[in-house]
Amino acid sequence: MANPVSHVGYRAIRFVQELGSIAAFTVDIARTALTPPVRFAAFVRELHKLGVRSLLIICVCGLAVGMVLGLQGHHTLVRFGAQRSLGAVVGLSLIRELGPVLTALLVAGRAGSATAAEIGSMVVTEQLNGLRMLSIDPVSLVIKPKAAAMLVVTPLLTALFIACGLYGGYLVGVGLLAGDPGSYMSSLRSAVNFHNDIECCMLKSAVFGLLLGLIATYRGYTSAPTAEGVSAATTSSVVISSVTVLLTDYVITALWGI
Amino acid sequence: MAEKSDSTLQVTGSRPVVPLIPANNYISLDRVRMVYENRCVFDSLSCGFPRGRVSVVLGGSGSGKSTILRLIGGLIRPLAGVVTVDGQNVGRLSYHGLNVLRRKLGMVFQGGALLDSYTVFENVALPLREQRLQSEREIAGAVHEILSAVGVSDADDLLPGELSGGMLRRVALARAIIRKPEVLLCDEPFSGLDPISIRRMEALLVQINREFGMTMIVVSHDIPSTMRMADHVLLLLGARIWEGSPAEMRRSDDAEAAEFFRDGPERLQPQGKS
Amino acid sequence: MDRSPLRDFFVGLFVLAGVAAIAYLSISIGSFSWHGHTGLKLSAAFDETGELAVRAPVVIAGVQVGEVSAIALDDDFRGRVEMDLDPTLKLPTDTSASIVTAGVLGDRYIELQPGADEKLLKSGDRIAFTESAIVLERLIGQLLYGTTKGKPTENSAIPAATAPARTP
Repeated sequence: MANPVSHVGYRAIRFVQELGSIAAFTVDIARTALTPPVRFAAFVRELHKLGVRSLLIICVCGLAVGMVLGLQGHHTLVRFGAQRSLGAVVGLSLIRELGPVLTALLVAGRAGSATAAEIGSMVVTEQLNGLRMLSIDPVSLVIKPKAAAMLVVTPLLTALFIACGLYGGYLVGVGLLAGDPGSYMSSLRSAVNFHNDIECCMLKSAVFGLLLGLIATYRGYTSAPTAEGVSAATTSSVVISSVTVLLTDYVITALWGI
Repeated sequence: MAEKSDSTLQVTGSRPVVPLIPANNYISLDRVRMVYENRCVFDSLSCGFPRGRVSVVLGGSGSGKSTILRLIGGLIRPLAGVVTVDGQNVGRLSYHGLNVLRRKLGMVFQGGALLDSYTVFENVALPLREQRLQSEREIAGAVHEILSAVGVSDADDLLPGELSGGMLRRVALARAIIRKPEVLLCDEPFSGLDPISIRRMEALLVQINREFGMTMIVVSHDIPSTMRMADHVLLLLGARIWEGSPAEMRRSDDAEAAEFFRDGPERLQPQGKS
Repeated sequence: MDRSPLRDFFVGLFVLAGVAAIAYLSISIGSFSWHGHTGLKLSAAFDETGELAVRAPVVIAGVQVGEVSAIALDDDFRGRVEMDLDPTLKLPTDTSASIVTAGVLGDRYIELQPGADEKLLKSGDRIAFTESAIVLERLIGQLLYGTTKGKPTENSAIPAATAPARTP
């Protein structure tokens, strides 16, 4: 573009247009979510694709993160003679931050990109146009089950991630570093409070799930009808999801503390 | 969005070889302008498609043939001009209005556009299931009836990816006509098929037109088949359009048109023999 | 879109596992209680609450029976602590409450010593006997100022037993 100023202006206008477009898309999904048909079978199928297929990666990563927390936590706490609080350290780190955020990032990378790619390829092969010509709303048939499944899957996977992480911390703290199993669990129990920690964690993962569902489906739906367009949609879905999750994490953490 | 300087096409309206009788036109485009990616596809296109007849749209690649079908189906809106279907201005319809209009239309896309994670049966049953007016048993009966009418059998549980090109097209056709629409729009139904399959498809389309009285608009590259089946021909060549019956088109004394019919659509621009 | 009962089964397992994990985290680790706000509500006034925080545990004989629900300033400038306790507790009216610290540098919590009276405390009652928090800095200050004068003063918080004994 010859004129950088007009280019910036163009970009700014396009950005605002995109926001409006995303908002309209969200309203559209909300509208179809509240109207029948329920499309339960498609929803279950998506739960399988997005949830069950992600189980392995979530559990392995959860275990690994828990083990690292156990290791690092132990080395730091030992300096203050506070090894007995390892359970609390691992638990609070996982429940408050690492569980919801890391799970959301993993889900964005695996399930989110798969969803964006699938919807994008449906755009390329005109399947969505085909539906429109049959008087069928593609948002209702295709998008709604996927977005709803993302919303439900994320908190469930977060809880499993945290459970595996706690076990990983236990393996390292008690099994490897010969800590006391009783104090691991009791420090964990006494440090974790339902309202402050668990509720916040579940709220975060639910919000993340909602955002991931919206972003992945939106990027797929609006992808350019070319192979390059689908690839761009898939990668931008992951990037935008990741950034959004991290920023939202800050907002929720700050607000929850008030 | 349209940059005139990029347009290599000049305007013109239609140049009918025979005068049209507008009242007979079930579907018409009036001075429609479409631009695609800064390229002006057509500038002031006016044409019509008579009710109950097989109309064929011919032309080189990129001449905007598929665009016409999409305009009629309401998938894209014209920048200027009016697209009319059965008296309704398609560009002005609300989302709900479009859905109602589309019940009268059936469209077969170039690649079939079947949902690739649904089986053949589920794909063809989909429009009926979504209407929720019939029981599962009735739907199954209708699906099998229409599949055998298009010559597809024992394919219920196959996925679209497992079908041959010809079968895929026929299943897409079945899906498009299962609701007995008044208009059938076909985008390149013959492309990529072997000569035998082309003949079969041609016979099928003609049969559908005769049996149901469906208005058909077929966009195609293939001259022999389309000229055989057409009642009405539209030729988009360069920036100009010719309309008329097949006989008139062949006899046309216009040099470009004659060249097209003689040499085929591989030539995008009429610029001397290659 | 084939309907596979096997796949549905796995999805069901997945959902169950996730819900079980959430329940485990909430109940076992997070000590989610079903009582809500129908517990035994008592209050107590202290001269010094130290760093006692809302949600700090209330403990009897080392067992947690409730938590601090609010801390506010009284009319006569004492710290009034509201407590939310297990509704099945039967505490006599001469129960005392003291603010203690977990370890030397740990968090503060409230310890209740049940009394011997026949009458029981009801929701809304006030615990009459309280022992304030020990603030470490004050303790050290008293110790320092107490001994620089050469001998322990009456204000010294250190019990006499720890003063150097002068027995002939």
